[in-house]
Amino acid sequence: MATAFAPTKLTATVPLHGSQENRLLLPIRLAPPSSSFLGSTRSLTVNSLRRLNHSNATRRSPVVAVQEVVKEKQSANNSLLITKEEGLELYEDMILGRSFEDMCAQMYYRGKMFGFVHLYNGQEAVSTGFIKLLTKSDSVVSTYRDHVHALSKGVSARAVMSELFGKVTGCCRGQGGSMHMFSKEHNMLGGFAFIGEGIPVATGAAFSSKYRREVLKQDCEDVTVAFFGDGTCNNGQFYECLNMAALYKLPIIFVVENNLWAIGMSHLRATSDPEIWKKGPAFGMPGVHVDGMDVLKVREVAKEAVTRARRGEGPTLVECETYRFRGHSLADPDELRDAAEKAKYAARDPIAALKKYLIENKLVKEAELKSIEKKIDELVEEAVEFADASPQPGRSQLLENVFADPKGFGIGPDGRYRCEDPKFTEGTAQV
Amino acid sequence: MLGILRQRAIDGGLAASTLRKTRFALVSARSYAAGAKEMTVRDALNSAIDEEMSADPKVFVMGEEVGQYQGAYKITKGLLEKYGPERVYDTPITEAGFTGIGVGAAYAGLKPVVEFMTFNFSMQAIDHIINSAAKSNYMSAGQINVPIVFRGPNGAAAGVGAQHSQCYAAWYASVPGLKVLAPYSAEDARGLLKAAIRDPDPVVFLENELLYGESFPISEEALDSSFCLPIGKAKIEREGKDVTIVTFSKMVGFALKAAEKLAEEGISAEVINLRSIRPLDRATINASVRKTSRLVTVEEGFPQHGVCAEICASVVEESFSYLDAPVERIAGADVPMPYAANLERLALPQIEDIVRASKRACYRSK
Repeated sequence: MATAFAPTKLTATVPLHGSQENRLLLPIRLAPPSSSFLGSTRSLTVNSLRRLNHSNATRRSPVVAVQEVVKEKQSANNSLLITKEEGLELYEDMILGRSFEDMCAQMYYRGKMFGFVHLYNGQEAVSTGFIKLLTKSDSVVSTYRDHVHALSKGVSARAVMSELFGKVTGCCRGQGGSMHMFSKEHNMLGGFAFIGEGIPVATGAAFSSKYRREVLKQDCEDVTVAFFGDGTCNNGQFYECLNMAALYKLPIIFVVENNLWAIGMSHLRATSDPEIWKKGPAFGMPGVHVDGMDVLKVREVAKEAVTRARRGEGPTLVECETYRFRGHSLADPDELRDAAEKAKYAARDPIAALKKYLIENKLVKEAELKSIEKKIDELVEEAVEFADASPQPGRSQLLENVFADPKGFGIGPDGRYRCEDPKFTEGTAQV
Repeated sequence: MLGILRQRAIDGGLAASTLRKTRFALVSARSYAAGAKEMTVRDALNSAIDEEMSADPKVFVMGEEVGQYQGAYKITKGLLEKYGPERVYDTPITEAGFTGIGVGAAYAGLKPVVEFMTFNFSMQAIDHIINSAAKSNYMSAGQINVPIVFRGPNGAAAGVGAQHSQCYAAWYASVPGLKVLAPYSAEDARGLLKAAIRDPDPVVFLENELLYGESFPISEEALDSSFCLPIGKAKIEREGKDVTIVTFSKMVGFALKAAEKLAEEGISAEVINLRSIRPLDRATINASVRKTSRLVTVEEGFPQHGVCAEICASVVEESFSYLDAPVERIAGADVPMPYAANLERLALPQIEDIVRASKRACYRSK
């Protein structure tokens, strides 16, 4: 716990470069503990509550909770955080995520989708807030809860829906499934079922950006965003990658989607120090905590983190406090979560919040939002029809694509596949 | 079979060969013995990595102690000085982390050569070798291939105890999506490692610590910088007509010595060096068994579900009517490797075991 260390030690300088430096040195003031951060009070003892309160008040650290920054910025400039076009883009993306996931649930219960399906309802602000700032050549790595990350990154709803139905027109021709959404075109590098598995892969993609820039002398400013959950933050690979990303100053942003629950395990029962953003400074990178139910706040933090990475200043750890409205997966009865907690977060629905912001600040009219919703509904329905009508993969597809080189016998010195050499004999298994 | 194109001019080919000669003169005084050239496996591996790194700037090396320490077993000696720290990375002790980073870099088009200090440590990273590397081309339906090489010493060394002596050939060779290679001689080491680095798929390259210092004769062809051996083809090291001995890595040396002893007793043994465990060259093995009618397979690893089990099953399935004797399988003892020198010797196959099994297959003894 933080109180075991003198507060001054925490400020032992994590050098932060860049023009935003003075802002980041403001003392931290987290939102008061009665806010949702502490999650279900059932599992919280009075002592730990007191300790957290105390540490909030006395700690000074070179990172700052962005709620405060955003509020200051707003009151200072009295200007809006987004333009009308940006607002509509964000709204459309979040509505697409929500409608798509709701349709997945329907299709699952009708038997069209099978296996493991993990839905993203409630967390749309995180995906939209980060991914809408990225270019096509930036990479995104995710977990099994990856449908919406793929959609935000640009994979078409048709391709994702067909993949979920297991059809040959899916983004991975039906071979990946719900948990393995890959798209080379959009640089969506998966879709990993093992938690923590995507983090080193994302770190490697960021490594390759830096390598291309410094060794191959290519013009490469690509960043990588790795999304993962609170449960993953207790996994060894997470810490290994925080270390190496900071050591090699890689252009990566580690985004923790802290929805407080890992299947049925509360984050507070599983973690000695539940404040994940604090683990960033321990490795020499900024750690930021942001309200993940507010897409505008997420976007502000994301802008800063992405700019830092593009400038070559290294990684950032962003903890987004968010919540999933549905169970861990469609097979999860979701009995352990408190109804009161769910209701509290439902009231903070990110889509409703953005809608309110857009209308109150007179950026859009309600009719425009309604037309977006209608458009997305039609898009998702069309995706379902497309997926339904698509054929299943052919039998021959079973043995394809195990190796990039067609039969797995390597490449000869002349650069051609060995199996194409007329003198070659293969002799391995045929089905 | 080798398809060597000596006359082909490749990028920096001329420069590479001049450099090679200079470096060999410095590194290994025995390289230019009078008459046939000889090369240690260590030098062969070093030269292979060196040449591939100079030919393709996307190739880089990462692992523990590969840079400043010159390699835990000196395989990467001289590479840091030559290519700099941006291409030869000394990693922290985080197998899962750096293996995953290598896989992620391969996803994005680079060509990492990841070294495990021994393959025992690869168990900490096996999730990335299998789930993120081997399966990715399939899961993404061909969109994302992973041109990565995982290399390092495998199997028993001398007196290093149970946790440093396991053979992982059977583990990795059971996974579709991986290529698994196991060189024996210096020529194998050079050719297979170069083929592995150029290969667009994940390759697990199982070396052997005790072979690193051994010298083998090497031909001019093999010293050429475009030399590559085919993946998935076994080599017949010694021709024979009475019994087929199939093995890989260090056991090939033992099998060759056993074959000489058998020759004194009038048994002509054919020794096959597998070179590639996955894909397994079933054609060569079966053709040989159909010629000799007897099979003896040897490996250092644990017997249950081992490489030998797969070879025996393959031969029984495909060449049953050609067999004149039950298939013989020699593997390490079914125990974690003991430390005491005499127990370790008992736990591993020895030349006498191979001779005995071959004689048994020929019905010359009990």
